[in-house]
Amino acid sequence: MNPELQGRVFPPAPPYLVGREKVREFSRAVFATNPINHDPEAARAAGYADVVAPPTFAVVVQEATLAQLLSEPGAGIDFSRVVHGDQRFSFSRPIVAGDELTATLTVASVKSLGGHSMVTAESNVLDATGAHVVTATSTLVVRGDE
Amino acid sequence: MSTTPALESLSVGDVVAGGSFALTRDSLVRYAGASGDFNPIHYRDDVAVSVGLPGVLAHGMLTMGFAVQPVVDWVGDPARIVDYQVRFTRPVLVDPVDGAVVTVVARVGVIDAEARVARIDLTVTFNDQTVLGKAQARVSLA
Repeated sequence: MNPELQGRVFPPAPPYLVGREKVREFSRAVFATNPINHDPEAARAAGYADVVAPPTFAVVVQEATLAQLLSEPGAGIDFSRVVHGDQRFSFSRPIVAGDELTATLTVASVKSLGGHSMVTAESNVLDATGAHVVTATSTLVVRGDE
Repeated sequence: MSTTPALESLSVGDVVAGGSFALTRDSLVRYAGASGDFNPIHYRDDVAVSVGLPGVLAHGMLTMGFAVQPVVDWVGDPARIVDYQVRFTRPVLVDPVDGAVVTVVARVGVIDAEARVARIDLTVTFNDQTVLGKAQARVSLA
């Protein structure tokens, strides 16, 4: 992997519009059964504009930025050798249906460890007003030649 | 919705939430569609075996996704989850017939009285082995 990637900031990914049915679909998939994940009335009663996404829904918004990194010709990352090592989400607020979110990836670090490479990518997710919603951080391990 | 737990009522080591999640191959296909992660090692045995795996695995992000749900339900409001992290340490093999049962136990790990934040540590196990390391949710109980 190209060590000069460290510190690189990619262009913002195209805006992601969070749909109500997508939130419901994702909620069912991760066994989130709380009414505020499914029922707009229950969400409004709890103070939200619409149904609330489960915490890890942020990965769906982050995905477009990881695709930018993995497809970067100069990165030298062989996708077939990539293993997801760590994942973290740091929230300012939950994602809610109707949010238009823009994610920007920064390569926080690139390290080599015993023939493997590790890249830590931070995707900063902002809403339409420019306010921070969540930072999604992935550490990907790229296995070396066997 | 449940009422918010009081920080003062918590002690380090308390079990505050938990659950058992029965995964089937259907769960993996559902998560693939919902998340957009269509890596075939999560639904095709032949592909999984060809890359040296014993069989089809659950998406790590699926396990991360449901493992925090007992904590979300316990705190009542997802806005109280201020940080959530995991390390993927062992795969969850999902048998085509019997599926896989993953168990979550959530304990109080650290209490930060000044910040009004509790760190909840998740023990996530499949076949009596942990599958996530350093699985921690920080919850604001201000």
